[in-house]
Amino acid sequence: MPYYRLKDLIKAIRACKTAADERAVIQKESAAIRTSFKEENNDARHSNVAKLLYIHMLGYPAHFGQIECLKLVASNRFADKRLGYLGIMLLLDENQEVLTLVTNSLKNDMNHSNMYIVGLALCTLGNISSPEMARDLCAEVEKLLGSSNTYIRKKAALCAMRIIRKVPDLQENFLNRAKNNLNDRNHGVLLTAITLIIEMCYKNPETVQTFRKTVPLLVRHLKTLVSAGFSQEHDVTGVTDPFLQVKILRLLRILGKGDAEASEAMNDILAQVATNTESSKNVGNSILYETVQTIMEIQSESGLRVLAINILGKFLTNRDNNIRYVALTTLNKTVSIDTNAVQRHRNIILDCLRDGDISIRRRALELSFALINESNVRVLTRELLAFLEVADNEFKQGMTTKICLAADRFAPNKRWHIDTVLRVLKLAGNFVREEILSNFIRLVSQTTELNAYTAQKLYASLKSDISQESLTLAGVWVIGEYGDILIKGGNFEEEELVKEVTESDVIDLLESILAGPYANQVTREYVLTALMKLTSRFTSISSIQRIQAYIEKYNTSIEVEVQQRAVEYSNLFKFESIRPAVLERMPIPEVKEEVVRQTEDTGSLLDDIGPVTATTATPQNAKNDIMNLFSSGSLLDDIDPATATTAAPLNAKNDIMNLFSPGPTTPTTAPVAPTQNAQQTNALDSLGLLGLGGAGIPSQSSTTSTSTSTSTSTSTDQYVAYNKNGFKVSLNPSKDPNNSNILNIEVTFHNVGVGVTVQNLLFQAAVPKTQKLQMQPPSSTSILPGATAQQTIRVANPQKSNVRLRLRIVYSTPTGAKVDEIAEFNGFPQEIW
Amino acid sequence: RHGKIRLKKWFHFFSDKEKASLTTDLTTLILSRKRAMCNVLEHGEHKAFKLRINFFLNHARYASLYFAAGIDCEENELYVLEVIHRYVQLLDEFFGNVCELDIIYNFDKAYYVLDELVLAGELQEPGKKSVITHKRI
Repeated sequence: MPYYRLKDLIKAIRACKTAADERAVIQKESAAIRTSFKEENNDARHSNVAKLLYIHMLGYPAHFGQIECLKLVASNRFADKRLGYLGIMLLLDENQEVLTLVTNSLKNDMNHSNMYIVGLALCTLGNISSPEMARDLCAEVEKLLGSSNTYIRKKAALCAMRIIRKVPDLQENFLNRAKNNLNDRNHGVLLTAITLIIEMCYKNPETVQTFRKTVPLLVRHLKTLVSAGFSQEHDVTGVTDPFLQVKILRLLRILGKGDAEASEAMNDILAQVATNTESSKNVGNSILYETVQTIMEIQSESGLRVLAINILGKFLTNRDNNIRYVALTTLNKTVSIDTNAVQRHRNIILDCLRDGDISIRRRALELSFALINESNVRVLTRELLAFLEVADNEFKQGMTTKICLAADRFAPNKRWHIDTVLRVLKLAGNFVREEILSNFIRLVSQTTELNAYTAQKLYASLKSDISQESLTLAGVWVIGEYGDILIKGGNFEEEELVKEVTESDVIDLLESILAGPYANQVTREYVLTALMKLTSRFTSISSIQRIQAYIEKYNTSIEVEVQQRAVEYSNLFKFESIRPAVLERMPIPEVKEEVVRQTEDTGSLLDDIGPVTATTATPQNAKNDIMNLFSSGSLLDDIDPATATTAAPLNAKNDIMNLFSPGPTTPTTAPVAPTQNAQQTNALDSLGLLGLGGAGIPSQSSTTSTSTSTSTSTSTDQYVAYNKNGFKVSLNPSKDPNNSNILNIEVTFHNVGVGVTVQNLLFQAAVPKTQKLQMQPPSSTSILPGATAQQTIRVANPQKSNVRLRLRIVYSTPTGAKVDEIAEFNGFPQEIW
Repeated sequence: RHGKIRLKKWFHFFSDKEKASLTTDLTTLILSRKRAMCNVLEHGEHKAFKLRINFFLNHARYASLYFAAGIDCEENELYVLEVIHRYVQLLDEFFGNVCELDIIYNFDKAYYVLDELVLAGELQEPGKKSVITHKRI
């Protein structure tokens, strides 16, 4: 039996005890409604559609009612129209073609004499119009925006806003009317006009110019509101019309941004609002929040800014969670502009890390990272590590990366740095990115004095916990490399008692890792290699035999990589003479470039995440260019594309010219898993990349290009390689102190007699096949007359052959002359290389 | 009877599937909130548009009813809380001591009141009386 009245239907549905019951009732009713529609029963239509809408709200299909809604809209009764439009708004959306059928009704209703009917039409258009409808009805809305009726005007304004959102080009039509409405006394009209203008400014920055002239008017409105007495109609717990105040403040923000004059006009009123608004209730706080945001974005005077930060500080101590959340969000936005002011509130922010509310914790976390600098790095890191222990998993990966970055950047000393990263690995080893791990390995290798310490610590942590993958990998690698130091023990720290570690202890540990439940293929590969390395670090025959037997067990492993390693290593035992040499210690990776901190870049830590170049602010400095902390120097992680996309050079990319036919170009596919075979050539591969280089593409290749340290050139010999048309290129070679196979050449460009500025300098070089070349960007690509520029290039020369250079010099002058020359240089004496 | 939707209005276009998923996400999030927690919930990106819109869901709890508004990250969260509060006040005045049953049985009227207060996602009338007078017609 169908239910005739909406109320009865609802009662019936609510009486259902189970979902199946409910479905049955609804199905029956839907069928009845459908039949009734087919019968074109005009009287029942209203009630049927109402029931249908209810069914729709519960989540059941109701599309067959769409046309019925249209019919209702066409009726003359107000109640029918109202329900019809409601149905349209609920059942249809802008992508449905049926919607276009409504356009005609809307047009008629917008010209209706009854203002409520006009209101209905505007409401519907404003909520779900499609771009086509917007275009069609734009003219009507424009007319209504100028109507004498305030009820209509305010709805028309918001409708216009929707039209602009859908079709931005129609903006001009509404400009004048919107401006006129700003003079209105009715708050509703004023509010909607301001909302419309805000939308216009968002969509089209040029309109901002037009509306800047209205700033004094807006200021006056705001002043009236703030200093007005009690108004029954607009009062909200003591504040006069907070909605309007907030909107005015938002518009002022948009108009004042980037414009000193407009900002100047607002200073007073902003100060007044900030000081006079009562902040005990949410109302006042919403106004203060908007004020603070406005102050931070316009060009306000410093006193005002201080006021704003103080308000935020007060927010932070507020008991209400919402307020604290909002304060943290705003501080996040302002921390890059004004770090010092925010530092003052550091303790409160750290407290928020422990708040029960996850939204607040998230915000506080972001903010904490942004606040780290040299002076507070220890304290903050300690807090952050404590938080890491209890953090949700969603935070962990981001946190590990950021903590390690911060440690990298601000570490007061190496030992602290290593300790911090160790702690991170222990707490969240499974969430650590590969780059962090490889950075850590590099750090350990470079800090030779702490090798023993690190090995001990890693050994100890592994003994207690082998479940964290990154920790295991790092530990295994270090034990493999420095096994002999680990065994030696010895007292090296003040209080720390060094545990006695024997060779068999170490082997036991490694075996347990292999056999444990946490080992995956990568871990197994690492452990096998570590075991192999230990055969040349350990001295007792029994250990070596034990290792050999263990490795042989994996000769038949199903995992191909593992099997390959096992077989190769087992075979290596047959070549006693070269085995120790092959397994020698890995060469220390090059010291990373000093991280240059620019004064203007307040360096939010968040900037360093990911393949961000951050070179745009870097002064072009030949010595310190690569700031990317994920560098490029990973010995382990060769092909991860994230590391490969390091600093794209500031200079326009220069083509890599094939001058000679140099040897290997970019070695693209490095082995998938890091091979621990310490082949000597690996080290050199990592330094020189291509046979040639254009200016500033040191990290183009996907393998490792450790940013090189510029060794101090010891010799002062200058060799002139090129001297023509007043432009001289001289070379100053010197052997690299760390590696005798590498020759550092300091290239100096002299603009002695060109007469004008040399611009767009491009210097390229090529070396013979047996050598490799790496170039760094020049100190400058334009040289004034009489000035010089420098560029460093390095040549890897393992075979100690004659270092010959073919050079290409390209530059242009303001007079339009272009020079493109090739020269050869062969004049290095034998001692140099 | 937990988590039933009594009224919902979309001011932005979403496909039916998106609407359904957002609704269920919202319901789960809200039902898991505890008393003293912040009213602002972050939901993450929504990729329906070229702009990224983080849905910060403001919700306010009135007796057993939750009112939630989805806003983007630029919006003033506290302002929206005030708008929600104003809506509830209006419902209260319109129905006279409103309770959930009122909204269930008179959902169309609840929609009409909302339409007088909010259009295209923005507040249209800051005054209290005007909305009611117009609606009483």
